[in-house]
Amino acid sequence: MTPVPISLEVNGERVEAHVLPRLNLADFLREHLKLTGTHVGCEHGVCGACTVRFNGEIARSCLILAVQAQEGSVETIEGLSDSGEIADLQAAFRDRNSLQCGFCTPAMLMVAQDLLKQTPVPDREEIREHLSGNYCRCTGYQAIVDAIETTARLRAERAP
Amino acid sequence: MTRAPENRDAFSVLDRPNSYIGKTVPRPNLDRLMQGRGQYVSDIELPRMAHVVFLRSPHAHARITGIDGAAAKRMPGVIAVVTGQEIAAVITPWVGVLSHLKGLKSAPQSAIAVDRVCWQGEAVAAIIATSRAAAEDAAEHVAVAYEELDAVTDMQTALDPTTSVIHPALGDNLAFERNHDAGTVDAAFAASDEVVEAEFIFGRHTGVTLEPRSVVADWNAAEARLTIYQGTQAPHMVQNIAALHLGLQESQVRVVCKDVGGSFGIKVHIYADEMATYALSKLLRRPVKFVADRVESFNTDIHARDHRCKGKIGVKRDGTITAFEIDDLTGIGPYSMYPRTSAIEANQVVNLVGGPYATKNYRARARVVFQNKNVMCQYRAVGHPIACSVTESLVDLAAMKIGMDPVEIRRRNLIADDAYPCASPSGLRFEQLSHHAALAKLIKMMDYDALRAEQATLRARNIHRGIGIASFIEVTNPSAAFYGVGGAKISSQDGVALRLDAQGAVVCQTSITEQGQGSESLTAQIVGSVLGVSMDRVRVILGDTDNTPYGGGTWASRGAGIGGEAALQATKVLRRNILDVAAAILQSTPGELDIINNSVVNVSDGAPRIELSELARIVYFRPDTLPPGIQAELMATRHFVPREYPFAFTNGVQASWLEVDTDTGFVKLLKHWVVEDCGTIINPQLVDEQIRGGVVQGLGAALFEKCVYDERGQLTNANMADYLVPMSGEMPDIDVGHVVSPTLESELGAKGAGEAGTAGAAAAVTNAVNDALRPFRTIVTEIPLTPQIILTALGRI
Amino acid sequence: MKASAFAYARATSVVNALELLAAYGDKAKVLSGGQSLMPAMNLRLISPEFIVDIGELAELRGIVVKGDVLTVRALTRHVDVLGSPEIATHAPLLRDATSHVAHPAIRNRGTLGGSLAHADPAAELPACMVALGATVIVCGPQGERRIPAQEFFTGIYETALSPQELLVAVELPVAQKDSAHFFHEFARRQGDYAIVGLAAQAIIQGDQFADLRLGFFAVGDRPLLAKAAENLVNVAVTSEVLASASAALSEELDPQEDQQATPAMRRHLAKVLLSRCVATLLSRPDLREGARA
Repeated sequence: MTPVPISLEVNGERVEAHVLPRLNLADFLREHLKLTGTHVGCEHGVCGACTVRFNGEIARSCLILAVQAQEGSVETIEGLSDSGEIADLQAAFRDRNSLQCGFCTPAMLMVAQDLLKQTPVPDREEIREHLSGNYCRCTGYQAIVDAIETTARLRAERAP
Repeated sequence: MTRAPENRDAFSVLDRPNSYIGKTVPRPNLDRLMQGRGQYVSDIELPRMAHVVFLRSPHAHARITGIDGAAAKRMPGVIAVVTGQEIAAVITPWVGVLSHLKGLKSAPQSAIAVDRVCWQGEAVAAIIATSRAAAEDAAEHVAVAYEELDAVTDMQTALDPTTSVIHPALGDNLAFERNHDAGTVDAAFAASDEVVEAEFIFGRHTGVTLEPRSVVADWNAAEARLTIYQGTQAPHMVQNIAALHLGLQESQVRVVCKDVGGSFGIKVHIYADEMATYALSKLLRRPVKFVADRVESFNTDIHARDHRCKGKIGVKRDGTITAFEIDDLTGIGPYSMYPRTSAIEANQVVNLVGGPYATKNYRARARVVFQNKNVMCQYRAVGHPIACSVTESLVDLAAMKIGMDPVEIRRRNLIADDAYPCASPSGLRFEQLSHHAALAKLIKMMDYDALRAEQATLRARNIHRGIGIASFIEVTNPSAAFYGVGGAKISSQDGVALRLDAQGAVVCQTSITEQGQGSESLTAQIVGSVLGVSMDRVRVILGDTDNTPYGGGTWASRGAGIGGEAALQATKVLRRNILDVAAAILQSTPGELDIINNSVVNVSDGAPRIELSELARIVYFRPDTLPPGIQAELMATRHFVPREYPFAFTNGVQASWLEVDTDTGFVKLLKHWVVEDCGTIINPQLVDEQIRGGVVQGLGAALFEKCVYDERGQLTNANMADYLVPMSGEMPDIDVGHVVSPTLESELGAKGAGEAGTAGAAAAVTNAVNDALRPFRTIVTEIPLTPQIILTALGRI
Repeated sequence: MKASAFAYARATSVVNALELLAAYGDKAKVLSGGQSLMPAMNLRLISPEFIVDIGELAELRGIVVKGDVLTVRALTRHVDVLGSPEIATHAPLLRDATSHVAHPAIRNRGTLGGSLAHADPAAELPACMVALGATVIVCGPQGERRIPAQEFFTGIYETALSPQELLVAVELPVAQKDSAHFFHEFARRQGDYAIVGLAAQAIIQGDQFADLRLGFFAVGDRPLLAKAAENLVNVAVTSEVLASASAALSEELDPQEDQQATPAMRRHLAKVLLSRCVATLLSRPDLREGARA
């Protein structure tokens, strides 16, 4: 099984690599690019901890082969943090203590931002529904829902 | 209700200007975790690091008749294939018993099974390769020959004479039995107007930390030193155990614990595969990484609960509870877990049943049996959910029987708030609890009467909602009574070392650990408040046996109460030392000076005299300018352990409001309330979030979570799709209120809060479901409360 | 766990994909969205030797309405279905059902064709195909085959698709005048596979069903188009009529036992769904509790 060349964009940077077909995108990000903010919690697509943005949409990186990312664009928590895109969401998480161990948090932020882009002012039910594929074993979810609700409100107030 | 501290002076240290105590402040270093810059063990890579995969038994009980690793050894990337026999040369077996749990027995357990496997998932060989994938490939080529043995799976028949004995040398499958008889139980039942009995069944469940257990072990042969990177709650315990079984001095073992992706008690134990990983590093003289995958997490992370408990309550027509009696049975797997043992949960059940109530009549029997399933041991709120569910269900059943409101029967029986100090029927000593104040607050928060009215209105429309109440007590701040007295080298004391650095900031080393509870934050809050510096000047170092004082770590809700007090006391010493130097520099006296906002100030007018950075500059770089005979000590260390009470009990009460679809058996949680009393609250937000997180784990137990074994001992739902944990869509909002009764054992007055939520949530839900089902004259006493169970109780299927 | 090693080819066209499948046969697996295949591979439940990635085939994308036929091509993702005005207009049942498929991140990758080819008996979309009377179009070495949905699903994870064939599209009749639909499933948690579910498509004239197609799922080894529906068509539905339909439904169900439910519970829940479906579609709350027997 020979390595396959791939070329993709990760957090705005062009990345070229040779990967074995079986390597999934989560492991590619973590092991090849050392982007360890993408976490691996189950490797069977249930826990949601490995959620990244792939071609602009959230996806589970343990369910994508690195070779499928050919010519694609991947954004990870490191990228979203460095660009400042979710700085307000992160601040709300900090103020509300919406994370404890933090293992689910990068993915939670990804999913929260995805929701707020689609539904600028979601109600609590919609927030809970959008998060429903992401496990958090520490918080009980309420603090996460609160922080997203707060961010939505603040963004709406800031909007012209 | 806030109880006024009896000694005002003792608390003044917490009431200083700009104090962080009692205030919600964000935890330091959350940005690291939110930006994906945390460092979990699974993120660690070291030069020459190899990956280990354990080949695990597919059988619940079998003799190993042969292992052939030759083909696997030839696979690409494979470094070694190691059997139990081979690894035994480097690491000794262990037996998980403690002397204070009289009669507890267990058999020697090895890092890798030697000639017999005792549960599905026990490791039979280690495959070490250059990558996890290569090791997994090779594992498929290790040939193991098994001869299947009878598997003991049903705890109810484990003690039958016809059932085979798992460890013949032990004589039978009984690991532990405890009997307790207090007061005059038989006479009390005889004098009761009603006696109600029920059997309660608790599913086996597990912690499902989102980051699986992970270890990187790095034996440096040249230094003869082992560094263990592990997400553990008790680094010094790991150090002790690893050294003991590898034949090393503790000084040869360093345990480093960075970010931990969830623990909940799962990561407070020593697992065979972790021991094997330490040993493999020593054997192969290179770093070895073990990261459990999710399937092996389900098969090997400790399981918990799995009790069947018969309960009996006597009650008089006026609501007086006359006696409790229980007979509890639990199956713990083939070994008692090391080093904390697997008898603790049953022991706790005996300790805690009836705990909130005034009756002195209590009889209990608990039996702990071996079986060929994964090991069970302590998981968040050990024993509490079982004791609370049994007690609170019995109280509700008694109330139902005599036609009394569930709140009223509790009002008549909960220990009075002014009755303390006193003891529980099982002999536990309570310093100060607040059951009545908590219940009163809860009733107000939830607007109990309005909910009852709403329930009645909806019931007429065939909508079935229920209210469930559950009072509870929680064991926190354990002293040596928990483990130390039984011979375990698990420290019950904790230490904090503080030093003022050369720019006037504080470096704080503590032996408690952080897994997200906020240990780091509460330590910085205490140090900042007591010293008089801002929190951003306090850097907290934890989770490193080379760089922290010796101590127990973070488990059993001990971090804030024990580690927090050590921080407080150490800070008082450092403050005194700083003021001594300041007085010398300023030609004043320590009594005339204080530290506020990072500066030494006059007590009289608050005027700033010298910034701490300037004081530190003088001490470290111009000590020649200090008066003769003055030697500054800008470092201070203090340790703390509670001595007067073996445990600091907390208390609280929970309520659940839910709707049962009686056609489908589905339960919709609508709202949940908790009032708890953890003494002094250091950071209200952190306490609230501990409660909420704990409640949701309890709700998981109530509705979803169960390790499903078949009769052959096969775990049939060892994946995240089939083992259901609570998700955001089904969880309710949870309101949290507080009553504050500080413990007088410490100046800080803090007790623990980590387990209160889990302790009572399932009991509240079960009572609420039974309340909803009242018109149908049926009750459920088994959790998780699946639609199948509810429909069956309703006679619909 | 990590997936076993395999060889990989990114198909450049449907023709190319068919060539690859012809060459590798049942040693190969087609990778579309990967949301069911990848978990199975990561758990090493399956270890295909060869993966044919059809993800880049633009010719398998798109939703087209032509006359009375709505064609949904295989690579149409769940998120595309949810956002499609054509599907909202012409097959709203499919839209409602798709909103119950897993979670947003899964719906961004998972495809309709992938879900149908996977044929999980507890999945929503196969039941919709049966209820809607879809035709599944597959391409193989011998050319195109058109298979009625009811014949396509043959068992647990089993379909009429041969290892050399590729599912390329489904054709659905566009919703007629007076049509109505009902979708509901009982799942333990949002996004979980259903314990029992029902996708129903009806034509309602006056206060009666002129047509009713009930696609139950998770009640057997494949989606079930319930014959019991016949009892409810062109009659004034009373609670007695509903009860007889319910009894007939019970007769034709052969539910399986798993960790979530016994056969008896599945049977019971299917009947509850039937009552709720009929009550909802006919706006007859009185029938909701009707056939509890």
